[in-house]
Amino acid sequence: MTATTSSLYLKAEKLVKKFGNFTALNDVSLEIFESEFVCFLGPSGCGKTTLLRAIAGLDIQTTGTIEQAGKDISALPPSERDFGIVFQSYALFPNLTVHRNVAYGLENKGMLKPDIEARVMELLELVGLPDQGDKYSAQLSGGQQQRVALARALATSPGLLLLDEPLSALDAKVRSHLRHEIKALQHKIGITTIMVTHDQEEALTMADRIVVMNHGVIEQVGTPNEIYDHPASPFVADFIGTMNFLDGQTAGDNCVALGGVNMRVDGTQQADDSSEITVCIRPEDVATRGVDANSENAIEATVAELEFLGSVHRATLDINGDRALRFRADFSANLMRDHAIAQGKSVHVAFPPDRLHVFGDLTDKAGAP
Amino acid sequence: MITPSIKAPPLGTAIKPKVSGEDWIMRVVLIGIALYLLITMVFPLYAILSKSFQTDKGVFIGLDNYIKFFSTPALFWSIQNSFFVTIITCLIVVPVAFTFAYALTRSCMPFKSLFKGIALIPILMPSLLPAIALVYLFGAQGLIKGALLGHDLYGPIGIIIGESIYVFPHVLTIMLIAMSTADARLYEAAQVLGAGKIKTFFTVTLPGVRYGLVSAFFVCFTLVITDFGVPKVLGGKFNMLATDIYKQVVGRLDFEMGAVVGMVLLIPAVFAFFADRIAQRRQVALLSSRAVPYEPKPTPAFDMAMLTFCIVIGAIILAVLGTACFASFAKFWPYNLSFSLNHYDFDLMDGGSWDSFFNTLELAAWTAVIGTAAVFSGAYLVEKTKGFETGRGIMQFLCMIPMAVPGLVLGLAYIFFFNNPGNPFGILYHTMPILVICTITHFYTVAHLTAVTALKQMDPEFEAVSSSLKVPFYRTFFRVTVPVCLPAILDISMYLFVNAMTTVSAVVFLYSPDTALASVAMLNMDDAGDTAPAAAMGMLIVGTAAGVRLVHTILSRGLLRRTQAWRYR
Ligand SMILES: Nc1ncnc2c1ncn2[C@@H]1O[C@H](COP(=O)(O)OP(=O)(O)OP(=O)(O)O)[C@@H](O)[C@H]1O
Ligand SMILES: [Mg+2]
Repeated sequence: MTATTSSLYLKAEKLVKKFGNFTALNDVSLEIFESEFVCFLGPSGCGKTTLLRAIAGLDIQTTGTIEQAGKDISALPPSERDFGIVFQSYALFPNLTVHRNVAYGLENKGMLKPDIEARVMELLELVGLPDQGDKYSAQLSGGQQQRVALARALATSPGLLLLDEPLSALDAKVRSHLRHEIKALQHKIGITTIMVTHDQEEALTMADRIVVMNHGVIEQVGTPNEIYDHPASPFVADFIGTMNFLDGQTAGDNCVALGGVNMRVDGTQQADDSSEITVCIRPEDVATRGVDANSENAIEATVAELEFLGSVHRATLDINGDRALRFRADFSANLMRDHAIAQGKSVHVAFPPDRLHVFGDLTDKAGAP
Repeated sequence: MITPSIKAPPLGTAIKPKVSGEDWIMRVVLIGIALYLLITMVFPLYAILSKSFQTDKGVFIGLDNYIKFFSTPALFWSIQNSFFVTIITCLIVVPVAFTFAYALTRSCMPFKSLFKGIALIPILMPSLLPAIALVYLFGAQGLIKGALLGHDLYGPIGIIIGESIYVFPHVLTIMLIAMSTADARLYEAAQVLGAGKIKTFFTVTLPGVRYGLVSAFFVCFTLVITDFGVPKVLGGKFNMLATDIYKQVVGRLDFEMGAVVGMVLLIPAVFAFFADRIAQRRQVALLSSRAVPYEPKPTPAFDMAMLTFCIVIGAIILAVLGTACFASFAKFWPYNLSFSLNHYDFDLMDGGSWDSFFNTLELAAWTAVIGTAAVFSGAYLVEKTKGFETGRGIMQFLCMIPMAVPGLVLGLAYIFFFNNPGNPFGILYHTMPILVICTITHFYTVAHLTAVTALKQMDPEFEAVSSSLKVPFYRTFFRVTVPVCLPAILDISMYLFVNAMTTVSAVVFLYSPDTALASVAMLNMDDAGDTAPAAAMGMLIVGTAAGVRLVHTILSRGLLRRTQAWRYR
């Protein structure tokens, strides 16, 4: 189910969506492959829902084209497209039973009653609600309503499943449970799926590929690992997981200077012109055990603050007492004990070359620590 | 990636969404209802406007009619009279309704629903009825005529009392809605800050309902200035705009002057309409969805005061209803008060007949059925049609106009428009259908707003879901929208039914001998001096409206229980 082996299913090209003077989508191009599970991830208001609704035909884009299964659907109304959709509100018909909700799309297709019956039972079993058919949606829990909405969307066997923040109305426990269930279900029936979310954990655990969006543009498209390990932009680096942003200078090929210390960086070459750059590393990637002054990329830092996170302590550290070079690193509990780490203490840590990310000077470091 | 067979438009060109067959159906029906409003409202209004600039022969004479109006003291003084009576009435009713609503929502007095029920009774009355009851109370042979201290009932005093009773429930309803949106958190905050009851009243309660008060004032203003029933009975020599229109048209057959007075009456009505709309919009904006409902706590002295107030107001309303009832059954007021049904023998009276009562029932039934269907479908299409912004905008505007048009103006406008020999719709003139059409149009706006409110509460994605399931919108309309909105639909039908039963103003110009109506019969009998039969007809209307309302409540409870099982967990 990797992007390269499957065939192209959906292709959006140069989508622009304007609401009056406001541009909600700005030149968005995207390819989605057969049977893929894709997440649109981004902060509130970045245009995820707008993109999803353009794909569904609910709010057609201002310019740009969309192809689905080789057919140009750019201007088609939703009723002439092929998709099933689950909304955040679920939009279950309150006056119809669960059974009739699921059967809603089937009854209209002229299917025979016994066939409808069988299909509804099959779907309710698929979503784990075989004996709830006679209830009304108000009598179900949020998680159950969510599954009914899913069953209804899948009933007519659409080629594309669209989910707009399907889990955000649920509490944390139900949410993580349903994450796995939806993912397993999608895998089982192999339906191409797009899910909108602003929860990175959700995207990282469920998606085959993630589309990270910001301010109406796509920042990066990639597998969860690619996005996490190789963020393509400072925004992605900051938005996914926790990231330290440190001011540095270029110092020759594959080398940067940080707080007066030269460090090797994998895979990025920089001219030796001492230009300003930003060096990023995740707190959990900072090497803390068995590091001394002679280790590669080692640096001495002072513990400014300590925060207990359960399995680890997250330390805030200063290099040379310089607040612009403040960063966070994770210390395991027994390392804390072994080295008697405490506030004010000086420690040696190392920045592994393959864990450092270098971005050109950031004029906009909003959100950086 | 694009294969040659795909005719994708060149990149960068604006996408023109394809309009599906269903979208066309929606647009066509929407246009149909808009055309209905155009023909039954806009065209007639144009007819009356142009008539006011013409001679009776149809020759355009510019402002001559208006100049004549303003140079005839007897005519233009009516403006002052109308404003005087209207403003005094507002100044009485708005504070009283405010206090009454305050008692119902912010006190712990007992029998709240009983008092609310009593206060809403006048909604079931034609405005002629409280006026006739006042004649029996304060008139020349009134039970307690001394209470007026020698002042004449016929004139501003009587009109103000009568109007106050007639508009009270309407103003109360607005006040109740405004008050029910109180946010308990504000009251708690005031308490924590140490504000006393009076300070809290002025800093929390009043600001919270200020737009409701403004809205109540303007609704009261419109109802009174355009009302025709009360001044018709109690006006005496005191001329008002509403009665002038009637006198010019029915008394003197001066249709052009009637049109001029109508246009003059239209101005304050339109102004009040816009003021009310602005206030309503602000009031809605005050509503925070996270407001915590306010729960009053018992305060014996305050609750007692509120109860006393409600008893007094309730007693006045019951006294009015009781007097009319009593008079309708008394053999010969005030000399022989023994029980008799003589006054209900309408066929013997000048201007009255039992047929008129049955005509009214027919009118109310048609209005309720056709009106509800048209209004609800119209509101649905305005809310849910995709694209087509211009069409929807125009329709939205058309739906709001009827509220700004006084019934008398609408009725007179119908004469000019439908009684025009060149008009193909002229065949409707003097028929039951034109009464139904006129009544639906007259009460369109409030019904429309009720429908819109109900539709807005529905999940906006129902239509998106059904189109993704390839279910046509009309199927979802009948299977989901209508059942879910059934309570609102029943309310709309009840509203139209009751108003069709009690209205006089528009239909007074449009009935024919075959389609005489109960409320008009009341008017004519009272005119002919048959006051007791007029009261009897009024009681019949109130009784029927109350009965239908009761049946409606019981039926809709049963219906709701069956169709709305999903509401109960
Ligand atoms: N109908 C509309 N009219 C005007 N602006 C709109 C409309 N719909 C969306 N927008 C704007 O477009 C931008 C993107 O909206 P969108 O709903 O796609 O955000 P989102 O990424 O789904 O955010 P969230 O996570 O909050 O759902 C927002 O700034 C929003 O205000
Ligand atoms: Mg969204």
